[in-house]
Amino acid sequence: MNAPERFLERLNARREDDPSWVAARRQAGAARFAAVGFPTRRDEAWKYTDVRSIADGDFALAADAEFSPERLAACALELDAHRLVLVDGRFNAELSSLDALPAGVSVTPLSQALESNHEQVGGSLGRLAGVDFSAFTALNTAFADEGAVVRLAPGTVVDKPIYVVLVSRANAQAVMSHPRVLIEAGARSEATVIEHYAGEDGAANFTNVVTEALLERGAIVNHYKLQEAASGDLHVASIHADQGRDSRFNSFNLNLGGSLVRTDLVTDLNAEGAEAAYYGLFFLQGRQHVDNHTLVNHNAPRTFSNESYKGILDDRSHGVFNGKVYVKKDAQQIEAYQNNANLLLSDRAEIDTKPELVIYADDVKCSHGATTGQLDEDAVYALRTRGIDAAMARGLLTLAFAGEVMEQVKLSEIAERVERAVAGRLPERFNLADLVETAEAVQEA
Amino acid sequence: MLEVKDLHVTVEDKAILKGLNLTVQPGEVHAIMGPNGAGKSTLSAVIAGKDGYEVTQGSILFEGQDVLEMEIEERARAGLLLGFQYPIEIPGVKNIYLLKAALNAAREARGEGEIPAPEFMKLVREKSAEMQMDTSFLQRAVNEGFSGGEKKRNEILQMLVLQPKLAMLDEIDSGLDIDAMKVVAKGVNSLRSADRAILLVTHYQRLLNHIEPDRVHVLVDGRIVKSGDKSLALELESRGYDWVLEESVA
Ligand SMILES: Nc1ncnc2c1ncn2[C@@H]1O[C@H](COP(=O)(O)OP(=O)(O)OP(=O)(O)O)[C@@H](O)[C@H]1O
Ligand SMILES: [Mg+2]
Repeated sequence: MNAPERFLERLNARREDDPSWVAARRQAGAARFAAVGFPTRRDEAWKYTDVRSIADGDFALAADAEFSPERLAACALELDAHRLVLVDGRFNAELSSLDALPAGVSVTPLSQALESNHEQVGGSLGRLAGVDFSAFTALNTAFADEGAVVRLAPGTVVDKPIYVVLVSRANAQAVMSHPRVLIEAGARSEATVIEHYAGEDGAANFTNVVTEALLERGAIVNHYKLQEAASGDLHVASIHADQGRDSRFNSFNLNLGGSLVRTDLVTDLNAEGAEAAYYGLFFLQGRQHVDNHTLVNHNAPRTFSNESYKGILDDRSHGVFNGKVYVKKDAQQIEAYQNNANLLLSDRAEIDTKPELVIYADDVKCSHGATTGQLDEDAVYALRTRGIDAAMARGLLTLAFAGEVMEQVKLSEIAERVERAVAGRLPERFNLADLVETAEAVQEA
Repeated sequence: MLEVKDLHVTVEDKAILKGLNLTVQPGEVHAIMGPNGAGKSTLSAVIAGKDGYEVTQGSILFEGQDVLEMEIEERARAGLLLGFQYPIEIPGVKNIYLLKAALNAAREARGEGEIPAPEFMKLVREKSAEMQMDTSFLQRAVNEGFSGGEKKRNEILQMLVLQPKLAMLDEIDSGLDIDAMKVVAKGVNSLRSADRAILLVTHYQRLLNHIEPDRVHVLVDGRIVKSGDKSLALELESRGYDWVLEESVA
């Protein structure tokens, strides 16, 4: 049995009461996955990322969603939010709190949406991420039976963030999950949606998620992907946004955890005034491997995009940034800016970065660039002359580098969490967590 | 307190300091004057421990300790602090981080515990007020986007928080307007005490009107060629350096 067959075999154990269109989609996904198999490094899009650790793995499907409030508190954010909790891909109702949603907003586990409201879900699901996007979206389509469906009626502004926590447990048998997130933002609606990949120490599961966001005219969606899974986790994600006139999609892709992580982020700016902002931070240690592939399609005139990705790489970690901005013919008067800056804390860390502009219009304002460097030694010296030891000086400067992306994060719980993670998870020699707390205290005083 | 003996320093094989002697006692304020390129900043950089300076001869002792054997941060923790002629910008590192990390490092070296947060906040607010700096500066990145004068005030703010035993201030007066000069001078004077000392590098008598020195030295071509009391600064102001040079050659 080859790897795709081994994975698909798990499908046979699935329940058979899916609505017929869901069953048809599963079959299409499975057929596609069986045909293409896992990508190899000969595929241009996977040139730097070897997925054999996934293909060779043995992942069951989680049998239950058991999790305690204590275990959740240990890994989730303390956030005043509408919360939906998935445990190894299964919905946990007790830990979720979706009772106080304002009128016009629905947040539903995908399993329920498929049962009760499947025609409506069926229209949108898979519209942006078809089975041919990648082998992993095909695999996700074959398996996806759980996730989150967020619907915003026109004009609704959600009072609090919608917080989807996806927990990866430390299981005896490694599991896989294929969650699906669908966000349908009606005209002039506004929401913040957080996908938080949290994990327990020792977890070594495979998560393969697909997110689709449809933004109608004037809608604003702030999308956070906070990836803090355990250091053994394997994680593949693709996020797809489709933007109507004057809509705004702000994507924050903050990657701290996982052993192998691949994120694809694709936005289609389809009508005038649509605007996308991509902010990314990846902080890698040990032998972590993180690959970010981003794409902005300027399909219409007067559309705007701005991208800033920062990588901090220590030890023997490996980062990949591949950012493409595509401007369609006759998409005039667009503005597109893209930047990737990386900081290498170790000689053995490695980054492959490729910013790319493909422009078929002439009246455009575009810039792109990538820089990779070490810490500013003059700044290290200046800090040391104040009595700060060299290790801490380097830690402070590393934190500062991350800060340039983090200042865009308007949700303070997330900004502080990441700042603390960067400060606290820098090698012991860097421990700055206390310091960050003080700065927060001074600010609040 | 500070004893520099027969100090010879080369930078990229070029001799800059050529047998410099200087002794500073606790409680004293010394001013070092001298023409551009004489080696004034080099002296303070070597004392602070900057890379790229080779000491080929001589010694520097601080409270009996061999400074040249100490790490940069150890020197600062021992109470030897340099205020830069050109303070650099450190993007993204908040002033408050620098102050807290530096203060705790010094406290730890003295065997004291970390400063409690409320006490620290009170201290930095108080010292900011003394330097007439809004507390918003504390949340800003070190020197980033600061005006020339603000950078200098920020250097003194660090001194006020860290309370060095020996503060070496390299042209702390350059780029200051008249009012800022008074604020800075007041800050520096507040550091004066019987067990502390201050080393000022300056080109102008102006600063010395506000911070009265006990000793004035003239550094020319890598050596201190003349020392005197505060009247020497006045004489230099009116007569320039040529006469000192002639005198020293003779
Ligand atoms: N990194 C370096 N490489 C080469 N020469 C250097 C370097 N640093 C200093 N020098 C030289 O050493 C000499 C002394 O410089 P220094 O900065 O100490 O002078 P200074 O007395 O502080 O002058 P100023 O009054 O202009 O500040 C100068 O001739 C300078 O060009
Ligand atoms: Mg100088």
